[in-house]
Amino acid sequence: MLRIENLHASVGDTEILKGLSLELNAGEIHAIMGPNGAGKSTLSYALGGRPGYEITAGSANFDGEDLLELDPHERAAAGIFLGFQYPVEIPGVSNLQFLRESLNSQRKSRGEEPLSGAEFIKLAKEKAGLLKMDMDMLKRAVNVGFSGGEKKRNEMVQMGIIDPKLAILDETDSGLDIDALRVVGSGINAIMRKPDKAVLLITHYQRLLDLVKPDFVHVLANGRIVKTGGPELALQLEEDGYEAVAA
Amino acid sequence: MTTTLPLPTKRDEAWRYADLKALEAVWPKLDGPEKIAVAAGESASRQISVLPIIDGVGIVDLDVTIGDGANFALHVLAVAADYGRIQVKVTLGKGAHFELGGAILGSGTQTLEIVTETIHAEPNATSNQVVRSVLAGKATGSFLGKINVARDAQKTDAAQSVKAMLLDRTATANAKPELEIFADDVKCAHGATVGELDKQALFYMAARGLPPEQAQKLMLQAFIADAFVSMDDDTAREAIESKALEALEGLS
Ligand SMILES: Nc1ncnc2c1ncn2[C@@H]1O[C@H](COP(=O)(O)OP(=O)(O)OP(=O)(O)O)[C@@H](O)[C@H]1O
Ligand SMILES: [Mg+2]
Repeated sequence: MLRIENLHASVGDTEILKGLSLELNAGEIHAIMGPNGAGKSTLSYALGGRPGYEITAGSANFDGEDLLELDPHERAAAGIFLGFQYPVEIPGVSNLQFLRESLNSQRKSRGEEPLSGAEFIKLAKEKAGLLKMDMDMLKRAVNVGFSGGEKKRNEMVQMGIIDPKLAILDETDSGLDIDALRVVGSGINAIMRKPDKAVLLITHYQRLLDLVKPDFVHVLANGRIVKTGGPELALQLEEDGYEAVAA
Repeated sequence: MTTTLPLPTKRDEAWRYADLKALEAVWPKLDGPEKIAVAAGESASRQISVLPIIDGVGIVDLDVTIGDGANFALHVLAVAADYGRIQVKVTLGKGAHFELGGAILGSGTQTLEIVTETIHAEPNATSNQVVRSVLAGKATGSFLGKINVARDAQKTDAAQSVKAMLLDRTATANAKPELEIFADDVKCAHGATVGELDKQALFYMAARGLPPEQAQKLMLQAFIADAFVSMDDDTAREAIESKALEALEGLS
């Protein structure tokens, strides 16, 4: 589904990704762990096409298409969802309006009919219910005045509504309380653990991986994948730390 | 009645950002201010979403007197003119209220302005003015708000909130409050900001699938909505907001 080869990405004059390669197939969940500043968020932004993140070498293919040629909104329509480490507040724009317009733009660009107001509300209620989020929060402005944990939960409601092929989730678990983590974990499984979907789970903690069991675990350090293994690698990291495992 | 006053100059404070060249062409044809009187205890409102254009120049000139305990709400859209000016002089009676909500939406080389003179002549009156500008190209959008609080006008509460969003670095926004206060127990809150669209929000919206034009439109719509939240009449608000949206779509 996603094949990244020798990706180099810079922000300003600083090279942050230094030859990163990674392959995800449909039906797989991959976890990426790594020290602060390693380039994990940079990878998600580079794949999302964030302005200012310049790809200087390498390639990224998504379902056979050159991802790097697409504009950010086209990448979303192609089926890529970014769960942000720091979800952004948009004053004055309600979650429902934002998501309905987003979803319908995606559908339009795929040649699908837009959802009517009633159909959309039904879908939004179902996904909010799945993530145990109050519908009233969806009527509020996007992330404005949401707590850290509420923002992360809102990201997952958005993912449920948009129903992407590939979700790149950047520390979706950080900021969640114990119960919320369980809800979000089972939300991710319900929405994304399907034979035609894949997940790239960026996390620092084993507790999310206990809930959303990865098929592969990668260690990203200094702009590269330096080690790849199965779920046991995460446990080993928890025991011994990055220095010991990735050295 | 045709005006016989001399053409204003840039030295006239209330005309410092005006397009005097454009004005000159229509100056002899202008009528004097329209007088509006709101009787004591009454409520009145006015919405202006289309300027009366002569040769590309659209000028609205109002002289409003709000009686004791009365209130007047004015909501305006400064759009679609080479030079557009909405000029309002308001005199408030005891305990009266004046509400202004205005949006200035300009592009190209348009010069658009809202100029108010609010006279708190008596005690306990309140005024609230909210102006939002969205400016593209080489447009100039200005708000000049003069507030005059008379010696007897204790407990006056006069607020102004002015925000501009520049879509291009070549556009200009001016915000100029001018306070003349002769009473001592007075609240005059003023806030003015100039900014650009939040790039992080634009990327966030793109990451959910919104094309840039649509993301920008959503954010601008939310931005100018501040100017119209004070309208009680939903139908009137929707009407002026849909005019504003039309103008926004023409900007980028
Ligand atoms: N806009 C920027 N300008 C300069 N340096 C940047 C910029 N954005 C990121 N960096 C640098 O790039 C490096 C990688 O950052 P990134 O956010 O990708 O790390 P991360 O692996 O996600 O870390 P964390 O675990 O703390 O979230 C850091 O050293 C960071 O300071
Ligand atoms: Mg990060």
